[in-house]
Amino acid sequence: MLEAIPMEHGLALAGVLFSLGLAGVLIRRNLLFILMSIEIMMNSAGLAFVVAGSRWHQPDGQIMFIFVLTLAAAEAAIGLALVLQLYHRYHSLDVDAASEMRG
Amino acid sequence: MGTALAFYLASAIAVIASARVITSANPVHALLYLVVSLLAVAMIFFSLGAPFAAALEMIVYAGAIMVLFVFVVMMLNLGSAVIEQEKQWLSPRAWAGPAILSLMLLVELFRSIGMESDHMVNTATIGPKAVGVSLFGPYVLAVELASMLLLSAMVAAWHLGRPNDHKE
Repeated sequence: MLEAIPMEHGLALAGVLFSLGLAGVLIRRNLLFILMSIEIMMNSAGLAFVVAGSRWHQPDGQIMFIFVLTLAAAEAAIGLALVLQLYHRYHSLDVDAASEMRG
Repeated sequence: MGTALAFYLASAIAVIASARVITSANPVHALLYLVVSLLAVAMIFFSLGAPFAAALEMIVYAGAIMVLFVFVVMMLNLGSAVIEQEKQWLSPRAWAGPAILSLMLLVELFRSIGMESDHMVNTATIGPKAVGVSLFGPYVLAVELASMLLLSAMVAAWHLGRPNDHKE
């Protein structure tokens, strides 16, 4: 009875995870938590690709997941460097501390 | 029975752990919940017949990227004052509005996906060989572009990570 997994359930799970990440980006003021929420969102996008790739039994979904993974690695490296810069300059991780827009 | 049970169990774990990430006040606890969430998604990939993606999720995401986050949290050495500040920021007034908006978007997403389950996922395994053949066949240009993206990210991280000598 429960043997097969409907594709809609996989896509719904990706949607739930994406909404959780979006809510995290909107709610939190700490830059570190915002970066973690963005990771959740990227992960859910990769999950949607893998679900769709399994649905049609093609490897393309996993390949797009590898590219999402590359993007997440690049984003994490730059984002964490920005976290360190913010903390060195303002001694706080509050994103509102950096709202002065000076060079 | 096995794969479907693994899928739904891992889905529940992933959703609960992600919810704990965005509601946790302690950065280290949030990071550990995020690792649990990523491992649950790796289990989902495995149950969907994508073992190569599952292995990459574990090694690269839960292994490398999360360790990078842990290093940064350790370097910042955030104390209990930060946790108190986070608890203060997490008041219902702050999170009610964004939570309602996200929930509305989620309901809309559910309606557009449609919950009639007549498209079954094919859980037959797509192994690393098929992925590799396709990755270095039709997608080889995208692989080169991804390598350039990683190179530019490295240059940017090096540039941003320098100790700033110009004190304002």
